[in-house]
Amino acid sequence: MAEYLIKNGFVFDPVLGIKGDAADIAIKDGKIVETSAVKNPKVIDAAGKTVMAGGVDVHAHVAGPKVNIGRNFRPEDKLFGYKPKNGIERMQGGFSVPTTIRTGYDYARMGYTTVMEAAMPPLYARHTHEEMRDTPILDQGAYPVFGNNWFVLEYLKNHEIENTAAYIAWLLRATKGYAVKVVNPGGTEAWAWGLNCENIHDPVPYFDITPAQIVKGLIEANEYLGLPHSMHIHANNLGTPGNYQTTLDTFKLSEGIKPNSKFGRDQVMHHTHVQFHSYGGEGFNFESKAPEIMDYVNTHDNITIDLGCVTLDETTTMTADGPFEHHLTELNHLKWANADVELETAAGVVPFVYSANNKANAVQWCIGLELALLAKDFTRVFLTTDHPNAGPFIRYPRIMKWLMSEEARKQQFDAFKHKDKVIDATNLAGIDRELDLYEIAQMTRAGPAKSLGLAHMYGGLAPGLEADVAVFDFNPNEPYAPDDIEKAFSNAEHLFKAGVQVVRDHNIASNGNKRTLWVNAKVNENPQVMRDVKEKFLRYYTVTLNNYEVTGHYLPNPYVIEVDATQ
Amino acid sequence: MTKTVTDVICPFCGTLCDDLEVVVSDDGKELFEVYNACAIGAEKFLHSQAKDRITRPRMRQEDGSWKEISYDEAIEYTARMLADAKKPLMYGWSSTNCEAQAVGSEIGEAVGAVMDNTATVCHGTSLIAVQDIGIPSCTLGEVKNRADRILFWGCNPAHAHPRHMSRYSIFPRGFFTGKGHAGRKMIVVDPRPTDTASLADIHLQIEQGHDYELLDALRVAFKGEQLPDFVGGIPKAKIYEVAETLKSGRFAIIFFGMGVTQSIGKNHNIDAAIAVTRDLNEYTKAAIMPMRGHYNVTGSGQVWGWLFGFPYAVDLSRGFARYNPGETTSNDLLRRDEVDAVFVLGSDPGAHFPFSSVKKIYNLPSVAIDPHETPTTEVCKVHVPVAFVGVEVGGCAYRMDNVPIETRKVVEAPEGMMTDEEFLSRVLARVKEIKGV
Amino acid sequence: METVTLTIKNQPELYLEADNITPDAFAGKKAEEIAALHVYIGREQHQLGDFFEVSGGAGATPEETKVVVNGDLSRVKYIGMKMTGGEVVVNSNADMYVGAWMQGGKITVNGNVDAFAGTGMKGGEIVVNGNAGNYLGAAYRGDWRGMADGKITVAGNAGSDLGTFMNGGEIVIGGDVDVHVATHAEGGKIVIKGNAKSRLGGQMVGGEIYVLGNIDVMMPGFAYREDVDIEMDGIKGRFALYEGDLGERHRKRKGQLIYAKLYQQIGA
Repeated sequence: MAEYLIKNGFVFDPVLGIKGDAADIAIKDGKIVETSAVKNPKVIDAAGKTVMAGGVDVHAHVAGPKVNIGRNFRPEDKLFGYKPKNGIERMQGGFSVPTTIRTGYDYARMGYTTVMEAAMPPLYARHTHEEMRDTPILDQGAYPVFGNNWFVLEYLKNHEIENTAAYIAWLLRATKGYAVKVVNPGGTEAWAWGLNCENIHDPVPYFDITPAQIVKGLIEANEYLGLPHSMHIHANNLGTPGNYQTTLDTFKLSEGIKPNSKFGRDQVMHHTHVQFHSYGGEGFNFESKAPEIMDYVNTHDNITIDLGCVTLDETTTMTADGPFEHHLTELNHLKWANADVELETAAGVVPFVYSANNKANAVQWCIGLELALLAKDFTRVFLTTDHPNAGPFIRYPRIMKWLMSEEARKQQFDAFKHKDKVIDATNLAGIDRELDLYEIAQMTRAGPAKSLGLAHMYGGLAPGLEADVAVFDFNPNEPYAPDDIEKAFSNAEHLFKAGVQVVRDHNIASNGNKRTLWVNAKVNENPQVMRDVKEKFLRYYTVTLNNYEVTGHYLPNPYVIEVDATQ
Repeated sequence: MTKTVTDVICPFCGTLCDDLEVVVSDDGKELFEVYNACAIGAEKFLHSQAKDRITRPRMRQEDGSWKEISYDEAIEYTARMLADAKKPLMYGWSSTNCEAQAVGSEIGEAVGAVMDNTATVCHGTSLIAVQDIGIPSCTLGEVKNRADRILFWGCNPAHAHPRHMSRYSIFPRGFFTGKGHAGRKMIVVDPRPTDTASLADIHLQIEQGHDYELLDALRVAFKGEQLPDFVGGIPKAKIYEVAETLKSGRFAIIFFGMGVTQSIGKNHNIDAAIAVTRDLNEYTKAAIMPMRGHYNVTGSGQVWGWLFGFPYAVDLSRGFARYNPGETTSNDLLRRDEVDAVFVLGSDPGAHFPFSSVKKIYNLPSVAIDPHETPTTEVCKVHVPVAFVGVEVGGCAYRMDNVPIETRKVVEAPEGMMTDEEFLSRVLARVKEIKGV
Repeated sequence: METVTLTIKNQPELYLEADNITPDAFAGKKAEEIAALHVYIGREQHQLGDFFEVSGGAGATPEETKVVVNGDLSRVKYIGMKMTGGEVVVNSNADMYVGAWMQGGKITVNGNVDAFAGTGMKGGEIVVNGNAGNYLGAAYRGDWRGMADGKITVAGNAGSDLGTFMNGGEIVIGGDVDVHVATHAEGGKIVIKGNAKSRLGGQMVGGEIYVLGNIDVMMPGFAYREDVDIEMDGIKGRFALYEGDLGERHRKRKGQLIYAKLYQQIGA
């Protein structure tokens, strides 16, 4: 493999603690190495440019059945958005739900190299893996959903943590999954009857368990196993005015639980797209409760969150929160797809137009940014849009612009139709904080990598880490306009993925060697769980047990993370 | 001696039964028996064993006779044909695995083809409807475990999807459906008295071509509004009764087939049926599902979805994907002389397309990839026989509810035969050479 | 106003994609520059001048540019697509997508147009002096934003799926129409001077349909309300007013549901 030396860039790296000083980064055999370790490197002159590790996305909907529903049922999302392919590129299409090829390329163009698919229905694991296989460049993993799974509901009704853990280990292996995902715990099972669970004590129909029991039990099972990532939750009551109380109640379920993981994370709960969960007030008078939410997050080290920033675009919402999507289609009357999955989960998909002319959407925009600007520890607060729910991921650089520039936020406020009402319902206009690139690197690189238990591979530029390195045509020491930030970080000048140059001079130069990460957790033999699995497949599933497990050829380039929980 | 392969997936229809048992010889070269399958599925397996099977590519001669050619020659002809064409049609893709579909898609990109699958004459109209109004749906296990109102509209599973009712929809006892058939109310809408209809609690024998009106009438009935005395020949009292039956269930499911997707109104019929399902979710839980025909037509729509963003009728000619049924659909392209070469794999347009379209195929450079001798191979210039997917080679297939299942190889293909994926990979490599990429 | 005249000299094998035949693409250009604009046959890129004699010249802006296209254009797609101003006159039949996503200006076709004319139209005017194909003034697949404004007038008949997802503007058909009119429409006005078959106003939320001739089958979701006298754009007479689609959702105004309206002429 070629050696590279990226010289004289302004480096922003929380792992090395470099805050914009000029430094050299060396690459050899796919890893970052000491600069003295490269003999005859190709030299990349990065003088006057910004150098960071490859970005890590902890939560995006980029592969799998509901994503493909979004693609296939929205021809209009692709209208006029196309451009013919260039050089070695393959064909690309789609705006809010890009094709897999475009997903890989557009993340690479932003300097991202690792992206986690946030919700994999286990029965559809093959589909998710097929799409990840066809997503070039990126390292990816997928989180199977557990929060409405019948096995989990039945075990945790009686607080059977060991059985739950054994089932999680089995399902991670069967689906080649990465982490324990929970979406609207209990509420999605209720949705199978057209119902919902609206707070953490609202019992799940028939199963005689509450969302609180599910969440707490899954945290405990996750720590019993010592998985790389923590339990990753989308709580009950998403999108409802007044829901911040449910969010705080959910946060509190992690209290007193310490991480048990050899992978270096400090949290036991990752709460995703918190913007959608930080609403006060009621009905049309909904308002920001970001300060209350961030007060809690800032003072509790065992939680990480991601933002879920609204980007004010036309987009496609998609979530395993089935009842929420039904609620949304009742509001906007646009087409609605729903996909309930036997014994496991559900999903809904509805297009949505976030408009600067709509007060509620503008308030949502404020809340997402407030969460970040009120944060104290950027290694625990990550930049996302819950792609594509609050906006497409290609807008990350625009969010960086808003976070880094009060002027850019002012420009957006001035474009709101109901500016004064929006200011009244939020706190953002009174916040003058401007983040720097070091904080951005914490939110987009080091922080998410650590939260995923992958700090030994990603998120920084220390020797020994994967050589995922991005060079942006951006000089932080020269005067710049807010839009320069968005432009530079949308269009990396160079990008290396595991030592392979995948972007050269702003063009896609290689389709990379994408890997799929999954977690193989070993547990003690558990005959009861295996009996339960056999029984459920025999009686209630419509595929046989022997046709359930995802086999090797769906992951042509797997990266297995071994966990031993037999002790 | 023999051995039995279990958990075998049936590569016939979109029901994609995965509980077949197949008895093969110890060396895996001969297939003897098929258990658990319906008659059509079993036949599909046994057909692979035909002694007169064609095992090498053939090229049509000027006198109309076939001449055996090598796979290399067939690859060369196919690659040349596709690379030389300004706008080739690559049609079929429904009776093959997703792996082959993915390679075929890459060829389509390289040559600027129009990619279309059998949905174009089947459930493509359903896909249009989904694009217009969405689709509340579920997996078949949800039906088995929860559904107590089953409505078959314009489909006849007793014949077309023979194990559907026993595995998923009418007879099984699931978690919340312990009474099986007795706990379910079955409604059939069909102008004919079919075998499926004979099992129904209510059979609405609608006048042909009035599905859209009857579906609209159901929506009017849900809202308690006034109806005309008869709609599509059905008296209004009956319509109100069916509306009430559906609303009063805990979980209603509508299955629909080609009786509504290809009769007058086409996508609009499905659009209205989905609207009925949406409405029902105001009162109870309801879902709707197309009875997809070919065992992996769903999969080709998925593969193209993630690669191009569209489930069928994808025009790649300009270097990006475009889609508009009515223009980019196979029969419209053939009728209007919009394409200059035809490649067929995993389908039989010779049997399913209108005669006028088949004639157009006959007059164009054309290749058919198919294990069988079919009406399509009869009109094509080159026929490339391949191994049977799901019998002689495994690979991914998507059930009618989009659940992906990996089909199994149970028996060896005759010696020297290529699989779809192998053949396509070779064509792709050759196309890239010709194009200099 | 300056005039560019295109006369087809070579018929394409297959079909010609000529979305550059618009006042917008021609504005500010001389004949030879216009002749160098791109057209496509399948995956092949050609120049407009390979297929057309180009004479005259364009005005400085689209508004000051008139394009006259002569010869048989029944294999030429996308004429006038996305145009924002100026004028296009087609002296022949034209293929699909005439005036698709048009925003302004005027297109006159002295012949028939094939399907998808006026798709997603936002403004301007299309006059077809022959017949129109299917999906006239309809939305693009999957889009809930159909024709928003502007006017389409067809002297002859129109095909099926007229005005699907229409939100505004006006379509006037001199002759008969095929099935499915104003499906899913939320606004706009459609006038059919001849006869209609069936499925008028299915799933219609708002907007108006006028039919001067017969309707083979009325949707069950449309209920007769009253007879009214109408005098409008040269149409005068007594009409039966139906409201619907009763099965569909509807907006409310002052507590009252606002239905779509279907007027059928019953007397002079």
